[in-house]
Amino acid sequence: MADVTFTVDGKKLTAPAGTLLIDACKAAGIEIPAFCYYPGLSLQGACRMCMVRLEKVPKLQTACTTPVAEGMVVHTETEEITQGRKATLQLLLGNHPLDCPVCDKGGECELQDMTFKYGAGESMYVETKNHREEQQWSPVVYFDRPRCILCYRCVRVCGEGMDVWALGVENRGSSSVIAPNGGDHLDCEECGMCIDICPVGALTSDTYRYQTRPWEMNHVGTVCAHCGDGCKTTLGVRTTADGSEIIRGNNRDKSGINGDFLCIKGRYAFDFANHAERLTKPLVRQADGKLAPVSWEEALDFAAQGLREARDAKGGKAVGVIGSNRTTNEENYLLQKFARTVLGTNNIDHHRTADYAAFAAVLKGNSGREASLRDFATAPAILLLGNDPTEQHPALAWQIRTNVRLNKARLYVANHEDIKLRQQAKAAVTLPQTGYAQFVEYLAGKDGEFKSDDATAAFRDAVKKEERLLIVFGSELRGREIQSLVEFGLSLPDVKFACLGDYANSRGAADMGLLPDLLPGYVPVGKAGQFAGEYGSSLPAEPGLDLVQMFDAAGRGELAALYVVGANPVARYGVDAATLKNTFLVVQDMFLTETAVLADVVFPAANFYEKSGTATNTYGDLQLVKKAADKSGVRADFELIVRLAEKMGASPKSMVPFGRGVRADIGQTRGAQSGEADRHAVWLAANDLELKLSPFDPFAIFDEIQRLVPAYNVPRLNLLAGNDEHVKSELAQIDTGATRRDMVLPANDGLYTSGTLGNYSAKLKEVLASNTTVTKPAETAAD
Amino acid sequence: MATEKKTIFSPELAARFDKLVTLYPVRRSALVPMLLYAQDEVGYISAAVVAEIAERIGIRENDVHSVLSYYSMLRTKPAGKYNVQVCTNISCMLRDGYGILDHCKKRLAIGHKEVTPDGLFSLEEVECIGACCWAPAMQVNYDFYDELTPEKVDQVLDDYKAGRGKETE
Amino acid sequence: MPRLVSHPDEVKIVSRRFGQGATDIDKYIELDGYKAAQTAIEKGPEWIIQVMKASGLRGRGGAGFPTGLKWSFVPKQSERPKYVLVNGDESEPGTCKDHLIFLYDPHAVIEGAMIAGLAIGSKQGFIYLRGEYRYLLKIMEKAVSDAYAKGFLGKNIFGSGIDFDVVTQTGAGAYEVGEESALMESLEGKRGVPRIKPPFPAVVGLYGGPTVINNAETIASVPHILMMGGEAYAKVGSERNGGTRLFGISGHVEKPGVYELPMGYNLKKAIYEVAGGIRGGKNLKAVVPGGSSTTVLTADEIEVGLDFDQMGKAGTMLGSGGIVVLDETVCMVEFALRTIQFYQHESCGWCIPCREGTDWLKKSIGRLHAGGAVDKDIDNIRYLAENMLGRTFCPLGDAAAMPTIGFVKKFRKEFEDHLNGKGCPYGHAQEREAALV
Repeated sequence: MADVTFTVDGKKLTAPAGTLLIDACKAAGIEIPAFCYYPGLSLQGACRMCMVRLEKVPKLQTACTTPVAEGMVVHTETEEITQGRKATLQLLLGNHPLDCPVCDKGGECELQDMTFKYGAGESMYVETKNHREEQQWSPVVYFDRPRCILCYRCVRVCGEGMDVWALGVENRGSSSVIAPNGGDHLDCEECGMCIDICPVGALTSDTYRYQTRPWEMNHVGTVCAHCGDGCKTTLGVRTTADGSEIIRGNNRDKSGINGDFLCIKGRYAFDFANHAERLTKPLVRQADGKLAPVSWEEALDFAAQGLREARDAKGGKAVGVIGSNRTTNEENYLLQKFARTVLGTNNIDHHRTADYAAFAAVLKGNSGREASLRDFATAPAILLLGNDPTEQHPALAWQIRTNVRLNKARLYVANHEDIKLRQQAKAAVTLPQTGYAQFVEYLAGKDGEFKSDDATAAFRDAVKKEERLLIVFGSELRGREIQSLVEFGLSLPDVKFACLGDYANSRGAADMGLLPDLLPGYVPVGKAGQFAGEYGSSLPAEPGLDLVQMFDAAGRGELAALYVVGANPVARYGVDAATLKNTFLVVQDMFLTETAVLADVVFPAANFYEKSGTATNTYGDLQLVKKAADKSGVRADFELIVRLAEKMGASPKSMVPFGRGVRADIGQTRGAQSGEADRHAVWLAANDLELKLSPFDPFAIFDEIQRLVPAYNVPRLNLLAGNDEHVKSELAQIDTGATRRDMVLPANDGLYTSGTLGNYSAKLKEVLASNTTVTKPAETAAD
Repeated sequence: MATEKKTIFSPELAARFDKLVTLYPVRRSALVPMLLYAQDEVGYISAAVVAEIAERIGIRENDVHSVLSYYSMLRTKPAGKYNVQVCTNISCMLRDGYGILDHCKKRLAIGHKEVTPDGLFSLEEVECIGACCWAPAMQVNYDFYDELTPEKVDQVLDDYKAGRGKETE
Repeated sequence: MPRLVSHPDEVKIVSRRFGQGATDIDKYIELDGYKAAQTAIEKGPEWIIQVMKASGLRGRGGAGFPTGLKWSFVPKQSERPKYVLVNGDESEPGTCKDHLIFLYDPHAVIEGAMIAGLAIGSKQGFIYLRGEYRYLLKIMEKAVSDAYAKGFLGKNIFGSGIDFDVVTQTGAGAYEVGEESALMESLEGKRGVPRIKPPFPAVVGLYGGPTVINNAETIASVPHILMMGGEAYAKVGSERNGGTRLFGISGHVEKPGVYELPMGYNLKKAIYEVAGGIRGGKNLKAVVPGGSSTTVLTADEIEVGLDFDQMGKAGTMLGSGGIVVLDETVCMVEFALRTIQFYQHESCGWCIPCREGTDWLKKSIGRLHAGGAVDKDIDNIRYLAENMLGRTFCPLGDAAAMPTIGFVKKFRKEFEDHLNGKGCPYGHAQEREAALV
């Protein structure tokens, strides 16, 4: 819309006509207080805090419901207005418990802040406050009724935002109360959005309540460890005797690709880090057959010796490496480099949850065709094939719902199940479970095998008429189906694509070459190009064994050693323990998983929240992983790989391009306390000075990745500042793709499961046990 | 149609509900009348009433709760067969509405929102019922009684007790 | 059955058929019923609106907005259907006039709604009565069904080729639903919480369509206005206040009742002549002139004409026409308490100032009446009310604040007499059940 000019507190401002006054003022740095107003949610006009004086209008008006108009003259802080705000606060405080010293919200409370600003400092009443006992509504949500100021944010975010509608208002007048849909409890998705959005301490979370004061925590913005959406989450971290622990996950920094959103996992399922069964000492299998704690030196020596012996005796082909969906790009890159240069093998793989290679192959050369998670919030039309984002990609589901609600985006759903997002769909088609390939052909105009009808024809016509479209697909589509779909999409005027995989860095694992046939950037192992030059001439040129083949080889006694980093293939693939009896097994993990328990050496590993680096979500959004927590006794996988390499005779400098003879540690191990070092890193980056002083500095490897993997050569300052950068998908160097064996095994995680990690989240298990209505549990658990 | 389904309501009321939801541009418009008529038949808005009305309209049960808890004539607990509602608002108060209320309390030996042990009467102090010029006034269920005196109240209550009271559906 | 009253000063227009058996459709027709509608069909929408504008009829619900003007705001073309909504949710304490219209002249409401429909191009009317008026709904339902049977409602009314349907229903106990946008919410099956304005109902109303909402008395006046002509109707009343109005005089008068008086009629005369003066020869203390939300007038302030403008000049409002008369025996604090108790009970709770303000006012005035207050409480009460005024989401907050300010301002002495443990000097029951839950 055209811009209009208006005056606020004497300042001339300009904004598009129709902009709400409260937003226009905020953009100009004039903050108008409000409890009920929340951008993107429906307007209420209920709290009356944002009342302002418009010249020539007899009564005060709410800035949250007033669109700016040409020539409007506004006053936002006159005596009349501040007096009104003060009086409103006095009314609220009359009943609001003044238990701020113990309230979770104390220090971050909007009511506190406004009271401070408008000075409602005197008590006017002698009546007893209305007291009600606190209620627990779910394993996650507590409600403290007297603290509630009835801003209805929770009701709206649950209904409009989440499409769950579990909260409502009951009674009227001063008896009005926020009420859960289950009478005395919530039947919902436990996302915690209601808690996040509550301006006061009325809704609190089980994990955080009465744990600490907000100012006693450091707040670290990083990437969620769970699904492939890669939401930005802010972890509240507090120093403990053995490091620093995460006390809270929330979304106070709403700058991320997830906007306002976090699901239960991002918000509460950090608790695996504090699980009692966490390994903190290296374990080595003793003569009696039992694993026993040993020193780091002993364990490293033992592991290196075992791997070296296997390699030297039987060659690289007898050694295998399995990487993780939840390690950083730098770790994944380093792991494949270790496999290929130190172990001399292409037997490297990971649990694949999407056919990224096929996707990379067909996107190659088509620039700007991969959608960011952000794009789903603005695209005018979206075609969703397969997957159930509500369960598997909650942030994607949020973005789609938001887009449909606010921008009237058109959503087209083709699925074999009745997924919840159909609620938002303009059109939906039910496919046979195995009918995706035919449907893609049908979309492309080949009427062949697909059983079409008027509805599917209308669906296809509508999709084809879209001038700007996002096509997003689940693991139902692989290989040639992805190729056909993308080719169909490319025939339309303006299409972007997204391929849905399951875990936090599944995409990064594929991009970084945790594949037996592809190097980082999907470079075929037989045409190693720049990698050959960089790594030396001894790179194995034949594709190695994939994950299943490795276990087959082990079963035949042909796999002498296996190095598993942050994965649990034994549980995920149902591997018989006996299979590995003749294989020297080295495992790095947080827990004694089904895989680790079979190992000869187990290294206690740091998790995703205890390290720095980068990760790539399933949409190709590259983000900074920032170290939040710390646990004494564990080591980052990165460090373990470097040290193992060294123990096996490789020079650390050949693994990690660090230093120029200088030795120092600028903060990789100092976690949340390393703010200054991180700022220093930002400064270095801004000045094009990237001196890496430590062999354990992941950014030294990131330098190498950017040098060797063109898709990852993205602007760096923005990334280091904590923002997302999209990888350049068109620069993948793959020349096979659609014809490869995809080996995809969908994780089948729902809202409350998260592979092996989820098994160690007490909160997820509690919610899963209490919730009989919502989700389908994982068939198996791994990673 | 809903009539073929299991219903907790009488066939007449079920048929009425079938029609009611078609009278408006949206089914939900029938919600408040349906709640009233269901209450008239069942005596109060039970969980089963909420469930069936939610289903008939096609909304969530908590939406029904949210609405029903807003309106003061809707109740979620049984009242007496004859719910005596005495107005004490200004016009009635000026003409001894409180005296009438007190008289009812004594006479029925119950207080505000209480039910007599035999379940025949319940008593409520209510806000203005729109009979200000004929104050003091009360309603027994939906029937109005105005220009009340204690004697007139006794007569009205006696009539109901004897089964002679007016009964507007 | 509500008693009908009569006084020679009355000008019976809207009450003309009261007590004449006009609930019977044939009797209604005999009494010139449905003639106005047929004329309206003949002459068309522009004529109707022109007559309505000329009549000077202003909304009888209390806000006093010119009816013809309101109708003219409805866009001629609309994608969504247009609606006529008759507000019979009469709930303002002191007000019982619509009660009589539904009871004695139901067809006038139907005919008025029909004419409003013709004026704005609507094919659907809704008549919404307060929940307590179930027996009146029965009367309305019968009238509607009789009108359908005669072909006056439904398809092709009066053979004109025009369709008009009417649906009647009641609420379920909520004063707030008398606010027009809350009424629409209630009719849509929701909580009776008002909507954000703009958009106004004339543009986006019921089910998103342009909607005319008028009070039942306003609507029932319409056929009479069309019959007698706009100018003739206007002439009956005072300047800019056309016609007559049903005034319900209640409280301490000898002859309480609903009287139809010309707009601008003197309030003192209405009390002392029309309603027979103060009961039992007592002295007048105060008058609440237009329903409980209007600012009280002292005995010295009643020499004033009963129309929107004169009442406004007198620092109060004409409101709903419910005149409540208080004699010298009334404790003004108790009266203020009963008034605020009502608004506290009826606040929908949506916005903070009204929800919390009415609650604190009730508590504070209740404590004061019981003798538990100190000096500064009187100022606190006034401060509370003044800070609600003009800041709430809808007029209910003002309706609670304005009378409270008036009571404190004009009867401060009585408030002071309650202070410091003294309690009510009138000896009135001090432990009224404070809460109507």
